[in-house]
Amino acid sequence: MVPYLLKRIAMLLPLLLGITLITFTVIHLAPGEPVEMQTAMSPKITAETRQRLRAYYGLDRPLHVQYGLWLRRIVRLDFGRSFAPDNRPVMDKIKERIPVTLSLNLIALLLEFGVALPIGILAAVRRNSLLDKGLTLFVFLGFAMPTFWLALLLMYFFGVKLEWLPISGLHSLGSNKLTAGAWFLDLAKHLLLPIGVATFGSLAGLSRYIRSTMLEVIGQDYITTARAKGLSERCVILKHALRNALLPVITLLGFSLPGLIGGSVIFETIFAIPGMGQLFFMGVMARDYPLVMGILVIGAGLTLVGNLLADLCYSLADPRIRHGGG
Amino acid sequence: MSVRLVPLLLTLLFLLVGCGRADPPGVRRPQEIGKPVDGDTIVTGSIGEASTLIPLLASDAASHSIAGYIYNGLVKYDKELNLVGDLARSWEVSRDGLVITFHLRRGVKWQDGHEFTSRDVLYTYRVTIDPKTPTSYAEDFKQVKKVEIPDPYTVRVTYDHPFAPALASWGSSVLPAHLLEGKDITLSELARRPVGTGPYRLKEWVAGQKITLEAFEGYFEGRPHLDRVVDRLIPDSATMYMELKAGGIDMMNLTPVQFQRQTMDNSFLARFNKYRYPASSYVYMGYNLRNPLFSDVRVRRALTHAINKEELIQGVLLGMGQTAKGPYKPGSWAWNPNIKEPVYDPAAARKLLAEAGWRETDGDGILRRGGKPFQFTVLTNQGNAERLKTAQIIQQRLRSVGIDMKIRVIEWASFITHFIDNRNFEAVILGWSLGQDPDIFDVWHSSKTGKKELNFIGYKNDEVDRLIVAGRGTFDQLERQRCYRRIQEILAQEQPYTFLYVPDALPTVSARVRGITPAPAGITHDFIKWHVPRNEQKYTQ
Repeated sequence: MVPYLLKRIAMLLPLLLGITLITFTVIHLAPGEPVEMQTAMSPKITAETRQRLRAYYGLDRPLHVQYGLWLRRIVRLDFGRSFAPDNRPVMDKIKERIPVTLSLNLIALLLEFGVALPIGILAAVRRNSLLDKGLTLFVFLGFAMPTFWLALLLMYFFGVKLEWLPISGLHSLGSNKLTAGAWFLDLAKHLLLPIGVATFGSLAGLSRYIRSTMLEVIGQDYITTARAKGLSERCVILKHALRNALLPVITLLGFSLPGLIGGSVIFETIFAIPGMGQLFFMGVMARDYPLVMGILVIGAGLTLVGNLLADLCYSLADPRIRHGGG
Repeated sequence: MSVRLVPLLLTLLFLLVGCGRADPPGVRRPQEIGKPVDGDTIVTGSIGEASTLIPLLASDAASHSIAGYIYNGLVKYDKELNLVGDLARSWEVSRDGLVITFHLRRGVKWQDGHEFTSRDVLYTYRVTIDPKTPTSYAEDFKQVKKVEIPDPYTVRVTYDHPFAPALASWGSSVLPAHLLEGKDITLSELARRPVGTGPYRLKEWVAGQKITLEAFEGYFEGRPHLDRVVDRLIPDSATMYMELKAGGIDMMNLTPVQFQRQTMDNSFLARFNKYRYPASSYVYMGYNLRNPLFSDVRVRRALTHAINKEELIQGVLLGMGQTAKGPYKPGSWAWNPNIKEPVYDPAAARKLLAEAGWRETDGDGILRRGGKPFQFTVLTNQGNAERLKTAQIIQQRLRSVGIDMKIRVIEWASFITHFIDNRNFEAVILGWSLGQDPDIFDVWHSSKTGKKELNFIGYKNDEVDRLIVAGRGTFDQLERQRCYRRIQEILAQEQPYTFLYVPDALPTVSARVRGITPAPAGITHDFIKWHVPRNEQKYTQ
């Protein structure tokens, strides 16, 4: 087990290096430079000013030198300063956005599992029933409907027509003067729509996955055995079948780790939520290389760690893998 | 309030100019009673977040709009668009036009209590031209030979040549020397916690959510009536519109559809005032004059004859705009009201094209010359529905005179780098923002056709060159007007662009806010006088 773990960890480094090399190259391939995005079509800019700005950001050096400099900083965990005019450390910009995105995504993830799990189980147990079909229709509706469209409709209905819910943002104006309880209620009202829409949109994948693994498990011999023992159907499904059906879900959980800090651009834009998705999108639009690289490196790191954790948990949970491989 | 005096910018900045409140019949406004009182908050929305509140370093509209509340320049434009003193009490220009002497206001305080003096002006000038400062505004002061401060309330600026746009360039925000001198401006905390001389000071900046400004009691023109300005970051324009309807923001620029169709109900009109006046920008179709297709003036005049500008205004702007005939806003002093340009007349277009050798030969409805069809591609940038619609309507009209125009929409960054910079285009549909000073050197002078320069269509006319140089070389407004009016006649004759339209700015403001006086400078020129009657105040402490 330990040598396996060490080997896996040793593999991560070249992988991460490769990822950064490719992303660095790709970003620089995109047309337009940070200087360009700030100054295109502005009569104030002469060639001299442009040259001065390029030198200031180090863009006048060859690409491999730029990469080397970036790499030298990143091994010391220095993400550099943003190319935006505010010139702030990239880490500060990321730090102020992570709490919002992380907590929103955690809530949404919990809700997603909380709702998709029963839907998947029900659909599998009552396979091909009207309930199964109804649930399938429901989750696919969420999957197929463009989230931005649904979000706008709901905003209009609940926000403008009924005036029950706020439209966008996280807090009402003056919410800092509210009592803790009222403040929390205000926040919850703001989050209802975004989290609701996000969860609705993501139910399909997970619930269908659970349904199919569940169906597979229900057909197994040991389920027949359990039933033959005279166990209640409830016990058979929830104890014997579900446990086995959940194994692949561990992998899914591992995959969702990087997703926790990567917000959705469309979503955060529509609901004016100051999260990572927006930050990343603006970074890309402004060709803010250090910021984009910073977010990508963190994302890539988390993906790799997530995969590793998923594999480890899997082998812990499933003795067959532990004995067989490794 | 200092207005950043950018002569021409491609983004559609709404420098609010021209005027008129669009009250429909049947909506009655409560009468003004008594003196304006202080209090209440106005909430605005912004699509992008400000990046830095040191305006010298900022290149985005969001930063400049917030900084506009916090800083002042030496001069500013008043509501009639005349240059008047701001931090400068007065100024004089020497007879030869080479020396401008500013006399500063006395007793002006920075928001931290420090006194404002000529040292601040000198510092601002020095840091702007310092090669180590990453700013896009160093050009403003490039023509300056020297700046002297004989005493704390006098600034004397000397130029090599008389340069008319110079005066307006002193409208850029003056920075506090006592907080910045000797420090690296790029690392200054003033970017997040600015100190200015303006009517508002920063209270709170919640990253990604909102910026709150509060009235500066010691403002030299008197404390503004509205206690606070809150600028919320709302990146999506559909969301912003719904926030407006739900009362989450008090002010926003409407689109023509929103203005004409979606805000005509009485419940909206009872809660909001709508304003309408020409925006400081125009949209045009520009031809690459290096291309043999467009080098013939008859062809360019024919294209303009073939385009129905009125139809564009109706179709694209729902009537919320007017035709453009030259690079100036109708009604501004440099604008020429008597331009004769090719009017919509398809028959005249066909005749001119025939003179230029373009004939219909094989019955497919497309004109040909030497066997080659009259075909070109017009480029426009992605994300601008109005320009795309404009292109489509023009396509239809050109087809009817036998010209096959294709449309290609391209993402902004590659539009600039691959097509404009490399002069790799046939025609473009784009827009220019207009500053208050009529100098158009950067877009029309023949020396500005180099790579990345803005005369990208390659226009060259000796008389226009001479007139542009003459116009910026004198402070005499009548003389300047003569130059710019003549330039418009030449451009109307030569049609290097087909000038299409000047859209209207369509802002709306909550009806509880009073004291808004529309003027040629728009509505925000006297923001510090805006107020809300006590019984209508919405946000109280």
